Formats: sequence, structure tokens, C-alpha cells
Amino acid sequence: MSRPIFLIVLTFLCLSAAAYGKSGRTVVIADPYIELHTGPGSGYPIFHVADRGEQLTVTRRRTNWFKVITDDDKQGWVNADQLTRTLDLDGEPTRIRKSVRGDYLERNIEVGFQLGDFDGANAISAYAAYLFTGNLSVELWGTDLSGNFSSGWMTNINLVHQPYPDWFVSPYFVLGTGIVHIEPKATLVQADTRTDQEAHVGFGLRTYLSERFLIRAEYRSYVVFTKRDSNEEVNEWKAGFAFFF
Amino acid sequence: MESRIRIFLLRSALITLGAFVLGGCAGRQVAVSSDDEPEAVIQPEVSRREIKPAKIDTEDFEIGAYYGIKSVEDFETNAVYGVRLAYHVSENFFVEGTYGRTDVGKTSFEKLSGGAPLLTSSQRKYSYYDLSAGYNLLPGEIFIGKNHAFSVALYVLAGVGNTNFADDDNFTFVIGSGYRMLLVDWLAMHLGVRDHMFNSDLLGKSKVTHNIEMTLGLTVFF
Repeated sequence: MSRPIFLIVLTFLCLSAAAYGKSGRTVVIADPYIELHTGPGSGYPIFHVADRGEQLTVTRRRTNWFKVITDDDKQGWVNADQLTRTLDLDGEPTRIRKSVRGDYLERNIEVGFQLGDFDGANAISAYAAYLFTGNLSVELWGTDLSGNFSSGWMTNINLVHQPYPDWFVSPYFVLGTGIVHIEPKATLVQADTRTDQEAHVGFGLRTYLSERFLIRAEYRSYVVFTKRDSNEEVNEWKAGFAFFF
Repeated sequence: MESRIRIFLLRSALITLGAFVLGGCAGRQVAVSSDDEPEAVIQPEVSRREIKPAKIDTEDFEIGAYYGIKSVEDFETNAVYGVRLAYHVSENFFVEGTYGRTDVGKTSFEKLSGGAPLLTSSQRKYSYYDLSAGYNLLPGEIFIGKNHAFSVALYVLAGVGNTNFADDDNFTFVIGSGYRMLLVDWLAMHLGVRDHMFNSDLLGKSKVTHNIEMTLGLTVFF
């Protein structure tokens, strides 16, 4: 290989290696100094301090911690509070999305888990909600039921109205329908597995906790449309936590 | 004398003329420059830089698999394997879901008596899922050799789930602890111990069974 080509290839390799190792956003430290931790958490020790004017390359984020690489190739984790006090290459303050109550009020997707009591049986639920506005949302639920004498599952779709979303503890109303499947325990002789449609109304309370967490608790009254002579009425109480995106 | 006066007059005439000529030129110069349109000193041809800041890769999810041993109360200890998905909500808290499977062995009674087995082979399949909330308790670093340091954390978790065993679903509580070691920024190794507790009446009398597992897993952050 002739020498110029060799040099070009070598330069290209160096550049691509540098680009690979340092791809990310470049910021300039505006505070007197910034602290680099060994891991993404305030419990991890500070092992390096970078001074004002130094450039940092931000490569990845984990919760509110950012992995940075300094000019002299020190790699560490910086808290979001410190990173917001840096400047980008235009001299503008670095903007970082940090979850606050304002984000909670503007959320679109909410995912959560709940634990409750469904007519004596333990109920574990998971749900995903899409919020059209702060007041109106649609939710998809999956629930696993396990009682002493029977177990089963339930799936339903809800329309939720939250009249005062900006209240600290905000009430909401639920209207929905779904399918409930019940099968008796194998150790009991009777075998009457059934799958019925249900409809329900409910009332609940929701409050923002911190960062991306919120908690909610609710009561629902179900009517199960059985194939027997009379419909079955079931009460459910449940509570749990959720987070939002 | 006469010639001196003449020279003096001639000089003054020349000076006056020169002053007029100079003044006229200057006046013309002023007139010329005031005729032209006032131009901007520099016309910048560079438009403003539009910098779109590079997006920082957010990695709050963790997915992976584990393998280990599980002791199912009264039913021997066997290999267990499963998958795990975690979401880190803050630097301290995370939520996770796991799904695992194992096959159970025989009770001591079945082995000693040599009688009919309690369960069929399909009933000896044991599977579970659980949803837990975890807390990173003790963050730190470990050092391997002179040049390698790894971030680690000891975490505790508690949750609820369901265990399917002997054709029955059982509501299950789970508590556990784990040790997470970041091999590289996106890859973690987990060493975990968990106790799945549920009420069982398989052996006649209802009791809380403890089903303890020890696992080793790998997860990827994304």
C-alpha cells in the first residue's frame, strides 16, 4: 500500500474510533466545576472534578444521571442538576428534560400496577392508559385473579373522566366493560369453568408522588352477565402505583 | 521695491487661488461622496448556524434472562430459568417483572413409600410471574486486579405474583435481594436470591410454602 493511502486510511480509522468513542452531545462547563461520579447514583463516589470551560461529551442517560467523557478521556456520571448548568456550543444553557409535576399534568401515556380484592380473591392488575386530554383517557386492563376456591383472569377497557386533573389528590370516574374468566381450583371437585361479559362503574383517586411516579386507588362495582337466571354483582377494591412517559 | 510688492501680491494671489482650488476639490469630494447611496460596511454571507443538539440515548429499561436453582418446598430442588424486564424510575427505585419455569421432583413420601405418585408429570411443571418494586440499597464499586473497577449495587425488592403449580394458580408474595454488577455501561450481571411464598394444600393441610431460588442473570439496558 502506498504511503498516502495508508495515511488516509489510518486517519479515517482514528477519526471513526474517536467518533465511536465520543458520539453524543458536547457541552461546556459553566459552573466553577462539575463532579464526576463512578456510577449513576448519588451514592457512588466522586472520582474526578472537571473545571469551568472544559468540554464534556454526553453519551447516555440513566434516570437523572448522564454518562460524560472529558477531554482527557475521564469517564463518569453527572447528575442532571449539574448538567443543566453547562452551555452548549452556541453558548445557550443545556436543556434537559427532567420529570416534574408539570410533565405529570401533560402526560399522554401512563402504565401501572395494582393489587386488590375482587370479591374475596386476590387481584393483580396491570394497565396502560392513553390520555387524550387531562380530563379524558382510555385504559386497557389485564387482571389475574386467585382466590381460595377459584382463580381466573379478567380483561377490560375503560373510559376514565378526571374532572380536576390539577388537584393534588384528583378524583376520577370509570366506566367500562370486559370479559371475566373463572375456573375453580383443581383440588375441589366441582368443575364449572365460565367466561362471562361484565360491565362496571368505578370511582378513584390519583395523586402525583415524585419524578415519574404516581399512586392511585379505586373502587369498582361490576355486573357479571352470567348464563344463569340472575346476574352477579361483584365489588372490587384496589390500589397501586403507576409511572408515566 | 516695486518688484517686491509685485512678488508679494502674486504670492498672495497664488495662495488664494490654491486655497480656492483645494477648497473646490474638497467641496467636490464631499459632493461626490454624498451623491452615492450609503452602503453597509460588510454584507455577511454566512447564515446563522442551526445546531440540532444530538439526542442523548436514554436507557431506563433493562431486559434479560436468568438461570439458577429453585427449591420448591417438599418437591426437591431443580434448575430454574426465566426472563426479567425492569424499568428504572429513579436512581433508587425500579419496578420489575419476571417470568420463570422449573420442573419439580418427588416428595420424600413418594420416594419412601414407593406408592402412587401425588402428581402427574404435567402437574410437576411449575411456572410463576411476579411484579415487584425494588430499591437500590448499597451502591459501590468493586475492583478486579489493578486496572478494572465495576459499578455495583445491592438491591432489595418485594412484590406479588402468581404461581401455577399442580394445575392450580396460587397468589404469591415475593421478597428478594440481588447484586447488580455493570460489566459495561449497557450490560449488567445479576446474582439474586428470591423467596416465593404461597398457601398450598397439596399435602393435605394448608400451609405457607417457601420456594427459594438462587439465580445468575444477564441484562441489557436499553
